[in-house]
Amino acid sequence: MPESLSRAVRWDTVVGALLVVVLLFSLGFVDGFGNSLNLSFLIGNTLPIALIALPMTLLVVAGEIDLSVASTAGLSGAVMGALWNQGMTIETIIPLCLVLGAVCGLVNGLLVTRLGLPSLAVTIGTLAAYRGIAQIVLGSDAVTDFPTQYLDFAAGRLGDTFLPQAFLPFLVLLAIAVVTLHATPFGRSLFAIGAAEEAARFAGIRVKRHKLILFVATGLMSALTGVFWALHYASARYDNATGLELSVVAAVLLGGIDFDGGKGTLGGAVAGVFLLGALQNVMSLVNVSAQSQIVVTGVLLVISVLGPRVARQIEVARAGRRAASAPVSKAPAPTS
Amino acid sequence: MTHPSDTGPAPVLALRDISKSFGAVRALRNVSLELFPGEVHALAGENGAGKSTLIKTLAGVHRPDAGQVLLDGEPVVFHGPGDARDAGIAVIYQEPTLFPDLSIAENIFMGRQPRRAIGRIDHKATHEATAGLMRRLGVELDPDRPARGLSIADQQIVEIAKALSFDARVLIMDEPTAALTGSEVARLFGVVRTLREQGAAVLFISHRLEEIFEICQRVTTLRDGAWIASEPLDGMTEDDLVRRMVGRDLDELYPKQDVTPGEVALSVRRLTREGVFTDVSFEVRCGEIVGLAGLVGAGRTEVARAVFGVDRWDAGEVEVGGRKLTNGAPSTAMAAGLALVPEDRRAQGLVMDMSIERNIGLTGLRTTRRAGLVDRGAERSRSLDWAVKLQVKYARIADAVSTLSGGNQQKVVLAKWLATGPKVLIVDEPTRGIDVGTKAEVHRLLSQLAADGVAVLMISSDLPEILGMADRVLVMHEGRLTAEIPRTDATEETVMAAATGRAA
Repeated sequence: MPESLSRAVRWDTVVGALLVVVLLFSLGFVDGFGNSLNLSFLIGNTLPIALIALPMTLLVVAGEIDLSVASTAGLSGAVMGALWNQGMTIETIIPLCLVLGAVCGLVNGLLVTRLGLPSLAVTIGTLAAYRGIAQIVLGSDAVTDFPTQYLDFAAGRLGDTFLPQAFLPFLVLLAIAVVTLHATPFGRSLFAIGAAEEAARFAGIRVKRHKLILFVATGLMSALTGVFWALHYASARYDNATGLELSVVAAVLLGGIDFDGGKGTLGGAVAGVFLLGALQNVMSLVNVSAQSQIVVTGVLLVISVLGPRVARQIEVARAGRRAASAPVSKAPAPTS
Repeated sequence: MTHPSDTGPAPVLALRDISKSFGAVRALRNVSLELFPGEVHALAGENGAGKSTLIKTLAGVHRPDAGQVLLDGEPVVFHGPGDARDAGIAVIYQEPTLFPDLSIAENIFMGRQPRRAIGRIDHKATHEATAGLMRRLGVELDPDRPARGLSIADQQIVEIAKALSFDARVLIMDEPTAALTGSEVARLFGVVRTLREQGAAVLFISHRLEEIFEICQRVTTLRDGAWIASEPLDGMTEDDLVRRMVGRDLDELYPKQDVTPGEVALSVRRLTREGVFTDVSFEVRCGEIVGLAGLVGAGRTEVARAVFGVDRWDAGEVEVGGRKLTNGAPSTAMAAGLALVPEDRRAQGLVMDMSIERNIGLTGLRTTRRAGLVDRGAERSRSLDWAVKLQVKYARIADAVSTLSGGNQQKVVLAKWLATGPKVLIVDEPTRGIDVGTKAEVHRLLSQLAADGVAVLMISSDLPEILGMADRVLVMHEGRLTAEIPRTDATEETVMAAATGRAA
């Protein structure tokens, strides 16, 4: 494994091991966890988080974030419902929704790269705006009468297994994301941008273009997730996927992606996603209320920001004792 | 060891057989040092020789594993920087950090302001005390002026005043001149001489040998953590000192080869960036090293940034190898064969948390990919090749560049750019903060590159470096190119005259 990731890798391993422990524990001790219907629910409910986590991981590695993803998914579902009510075919609607998602991402990206605004602030704004547009588009309607073959695909399972049919397309997207981040010049550049944006610029990397592409990809995947959500739950409403951004960000950070950019692996992020999904599933099984689940997710988010940082400080303290002899050219302020 | 005299004053501060290890690394081995009142004592050594560790031991940051620190002949143990300060030892760092929104006086007396009744700060007394300190130093700085906007030189003066306000008897100055202009250095030296006459002991660290000879009386040399010598500077030559530092005879510091210039490789015509530089035109030919001199702030770095495309220009054009460059696009500049080694290697030259290998690979991501993917084999062999060619000292090629010494970091920046096979190489302050041995290596490398037909544009504030290495010297003053001086006519006087705007 590449050394620049070594600390994050250690955290990945921790999260991966934790996932295994939670799964084994739940299989052994939580009633109803192990039956294939529940497992398919678990994966189906986690897929929306997983889908958006893919581009979100790349975005956070590059030092940016997009909090409007759930609203984009909601908008995409609302537009899908409204157009379906208009009588358009689903084969036309879905591509339109994806284009819409890409445009939402483009707006975020342009505000961040052209105007130099912080993505955290920009996407909190569009989080509200996109959700508002979704409500204007669809009102309080719920559209449920989508074609059965699509509903069946989004809710169905692969043969006799507990895996949802949508899991296969997810694996393909995951493979694309892994290769993009860890094996292409594009992905390598993202690590440089996230770790030292100025140095990346001085190395000839087109920082703004990279970021713009990521925002568009994130918008696109959010819209795809919105389409999947509406079909999976057979309900297109303006408030679909509300609050999903919390789960996505928590899962990605839990997976060891450094909030400051420049560090992390997709393997860790995916482990984080399914760890969060498994915990949410178990909490539902033992009748923890939805509100309490949000509290747990929030606490996990804070822990996931803290955890790798504490681990790194311990590491730095150890390395510091070993390498404190390295010459220091800039010393800190002496007094006060 | 040589003392000024056996009957003379006792040392105010002495280190006896100090050793300090970090894990397996022995940073200091039996180092001894005596500082006498009224002397300026140089601490010389290459990067990694142990100077920083020694300073930190004196400042109470590190506790020695063995040996004694003697203050006025009495053994003392510093448990932290506060202890050292209370003992009258002050460290002036290269780049002080002041509170920008507070006045000079408030900065100096931060946390211990003179008080009036019910704990109110006595501004008048603070002002008076600060004015008194400035008088002692012989400088004119308004105590009520906010620290924001003070030059680094002025900030250092404030730090020195602060040290005096603590009744410091030992001042340690860690490369104070690295970021100063010539006249600022002269003023700082005036202050140092004043302090010396008032009986202070000053430990002075600088990579600029001529400064050591100008201001110091004695020198202690360290090499690889070991004490080499403490001796008077009288009668020593720069070569003697360099030999102590590197442990061998150094090849020439400026090994410039004669090269017949070829065709024009870099052509800059009427380049303007509003408010920064105006109407800058020059050419650099294959095989030439062209020096770009001028005072800090004259616009040299800004021209380089615009030429490379990191900043946009407002008017003019740039050609590399006959190809016009796109405004504001470093990637097209790189494709045309341009490379820029920037002035700030930590922020601009390197991704500090990334490995040596990946930093060198960063400039080759587009050119060395295989089937659209990063070619890790090629990346590794490319970085190993260049690390060997430039004699980078590292433990593993996969270590983060932040683990390397400054000189070796600079070599990695050079490797990263040389690996692109540039036609034109712009180097901005290529040897700033680098020890003399590495400096000679960098110069030899630049000379060799020019001999191989690369066009080199060298920006430097180090005048001897410009004079020693450049075939031609371009001089900038306040955003304009004011002179072009051929090697034969280039002297400190002609270059400085143009740089300060006086007619040559």
